[in-house]
Amino acid sequence: MKNIFKLFSIIVLFCFTTAQSNSAEKVDYLKTDWSFKGLFGKFDRGSLQRGYQVYTEVCASCHSMKYLSYRNLGEKGGPEFSEAETKAIAASFEVTDGPNADGEMFLRPAKLSDKFVMPYENVKAAQAANGGAYPPDMSVLVKARGGGVDYIYSLLQGYEEAPSGMALDDGVYYNKYMYGNKIKMAAPLSDGLIEYGDGTKATVEQMSKDVTTFLMWAAEPHLEARHQMGFKAIIYLIILTILVYFSMKKIWSRVESEV
Amino acid sequence: MSEKKPERREFLFTASYAVGAVGVGAVVWPLIDQMNPDASVKALASTEVDVSSVKPGNTITVLWRGKPVFIRRRTKDEITEARSVKMEDLIHPEKDEDRAKNPEWLVMLGVCTHLGCVPLNDKGDYDGWFCPCHGSHYDTSGRIRKGPAPLNMEVPKYEFVNANTIKIG
Amino acid sequence: MSDHDYTPSSKVGKWFNDRLPLLTLANHLTDYPTPKNLNYWWTFGGILTFCLITQIVTGLTLAMHYIAHADMAFESVEHIMRDVNYGWLIRYIHANGASMFFLAVYIHIFRSLFYGSYKSPREIIWIIGIIIYLLMMAAAFMGYVLPWGQMSFWGATVITNLFSAIPLVGEGIVTWLWGGYSVDNPTLTRFFTLHYLIPFLILGLVVLHIWALHVPGNNNPVGIDIKKPSKDTVPFHPYIVIKDGFALLMFMIVFAFFVFYSPNILGHADNYIEANPMVTPAHIVPEWYLLPFYAILRSVPDKLLGVVAMLSAILILAVLPWLDTSKIRSAVFRPLYKQFYWILVADVLILGYMGAMPAEGLYLLIARVATAYYFLHFLIILPVLGFKEKTLPIPLSITESVLGGSPNLATVKNKESLEK
Repeated sequence: MKNIFKLFSIIVLFCFTTAQSNSAEKVDYLKTDWSFKGLFGKFDRGSLQRGYQVYTEVCASCHSMKYLSYRNLGEKGGPEFSEAETKAIAASFEVTDGPNADGEMFLRPAKLSDKFVMPYENVKAAQAANGGAYPPDMSVLVKARGGGVDYIYSLLQGYEEAPSGMALDDGVYYNKYMYGNKIKMAAPLSDGLIEYGDGTKATVEQMSKDVTTFLMWAAEPHLEARHQMGFKAIIYLIILTILVYFSMKKIWSRVESEV
Repeated sequence: MSEKKPERREFLFTASYAVGAVGVGAVVWPLIDQMNPDASVKALASTEVDVSSVKPGNTITVLWRGKPVFIRRRTKDEITEARSVKMEDLIHPEKDEDRAKNPEWLVMLGVCTHLGCVPLNDKGDYDGWFCPCHGSHYDTSGRIRKGPAPLNMEVPKYEFVNANTIKIG
Repeated sequence: MSDHDYTPSSKVGKWFNDRLPLLTLANHLTDYPTPKNLNYWWTFGGILTFCLITQIVTGLTLAMHYIAHADMAFESVEHIMRDVNYGWLIRYIHANGASMFFLAVYIHIFRSLFYGSYKSPREIIWIIGIIIYLLMMAAAFMGYVLPWGQMSFWGATVITNLFSAIPLVGEGIVTWLWGGYSVDNPTLTRFFTLHYLIPFLILGLVVLHIWALHVPGNNNPVGIDIKKPSKDTVPFHPYIVIKDGFALLMFMIVFAFFVFYSPNILGHADNYIEANPMVTPAHIVPEWYLLPFYAILRSVPDKLLGVVAMLSAILILAVLPWLDTSKIRSAVFRPLYKQFYWILVADVLILGYMGAMPAEGLYLLIARVATAYYFLHFLIILPVLGFKEKTLPIPLSITESVLGGSPNLATVKNKESLEK
């Protein structure tokens, strides 16, 4: 039995060291308490709803979210807007549909089943409007960046005066958390930029946290279900393992060798 | 073996194997060749690029046959630097005059000859390109100077259709 | 073995068994005499079978939703993650399952190295194992290409370009592999086809691997030949089945932890960016299980020789039974080999770490030393050791070693290691 525990701990240790070495490039990101971390982590609904507001009022003018649909906003484990609210949100956007009977495309209000409307027709149009830099799609952005939520959260608050001696071109900004410190996006947030529906004070820090939470959900819409199922699965496995262990002891007691 | 009959039998067997092998080969070849580039891929042979807006010292990247092509309008200094290199210092000796017929324009596949990554502009120890994958350094003529890549970046077939347009392929 | 005199008790069973001896096979598998001193390092065979079946089942279900097209692959993976019922679960099991599969196979291989399981008469089992390992790497590589993210695309570019190192025909082979002039849609569709095929090839080889194992029977920690069945053996069922099952459950707990709580930690963030042939990511890093070989590739400054070194590092394992000249199997009785074994383990771990680091400066130097040592171990140390090493006396039977019937140091030590 001592052996199996030794083995078990070696495997666990190995897994974690490889995992650590893969997430190289350690930077000291700003820390905050994320409600969705940990074994029972869940999203903060209020934060998700506020985050959606930040996204739609600030980010969405440049950043698409092409893998999300309006229905997702009302689904379990997400911002959980009520059905009426979700429909109202969808209806406030216009999508191109068609062709109609005359063979022409037409605009209509979005439905729940529609994907989020994109700010630009295509990547080239997005680049042309943003000085050559493509504002990345935000659907899986959190998972596509090494530092994950901590990186996004820090980046939004990382705008500073460039250190003396660093030349910045037009339309390039200094950000202390950006790789290479040069970013094409101007500081998107400022205190009081938007007015939260629930009366929360819209500081840069608060908005950064809310929108990052929203982006985390957008990238991992089933995170809550995953955490819940994981806990049950692991408890089940532990119980079964204990049962099997004692069965094994019983069976092997007939042999003069030891397990 | 001295008798006639077994010899004839041997010959028949050998002939059967040989003819059979030809048949197998004829059947297998289409199955192998289907993986080679198909007619629609081969059809994308050439592309024309307008370079009138490229300023000296800048590089544009265009896609040709799924690969990036660097088109660099070189500055005086870069040309001088590229042309003053001694042939014996090069891993893959090629004259800059042969690589860039019109010295102002350098056109080459932006593909590292090591394992096919896209090198970065204006980086590396030789003021040219640097490959982020395995650290190959290229000079202002796109020639390999340091690192694991064995060859210079390839210059594709291209021509100036007029002063402002390059046709690649 | 008792197979030959087995007759089914029922009439129907006998009738069937006379025509197709499946029941004889089942009886052979349950009664199969197994050394009773097998430790937990021996449970990874069963764990690997579980991994293979998990990958096949989750892979089949994913293939029902995945679209192998350069324009749609990335989107279809997001569709699986968001919309397909339990799609996120199945994909995370499949993606992490690959890592778990390699974790288990490395333990399995290093167990063989420690206990000399590759030595006569088990060379064929070992070589089939190496072929399975090669196919696993091919399947894992092609599977990683399918989501069509940045790492998929550039990993595929780098690995297929390895073939361009072959003189004369290299470029032609690469074009043939791609079906074009760069990695593109034709490459993706053929990789999907092969990724689907390879697991079934592996399954067939696993049958051969087990078949070849059942001819001489299992090696064991003492490494001596045993008479079977005897006092030294137990029937496979229920003894080994329950022990394998227990170890498998422990393994599944680790597996579940990754799937449910850190599903992306073993992957690379860049693979959530859709493939872009115009931009190479800053660091191209393969999955962790290929890192040691990647380090060897990069540590050689010449292109062709680098590829040759990398392939040799794997293929050298196939001739290991003839490189190791020692007659003694288990490292328990080879005090010198035991130390070199642990140095090799450390060497491979160092290579893996260097594979993840940028190939420059000190990292490159360490990688080069580690690469040299890797080959030194197999080509010089092992052959010489077989002649020079003074081995410890080995016990006559497992029972003797277990009960401490022999007073010598080795068996006492061995007894300790057998105790739980």
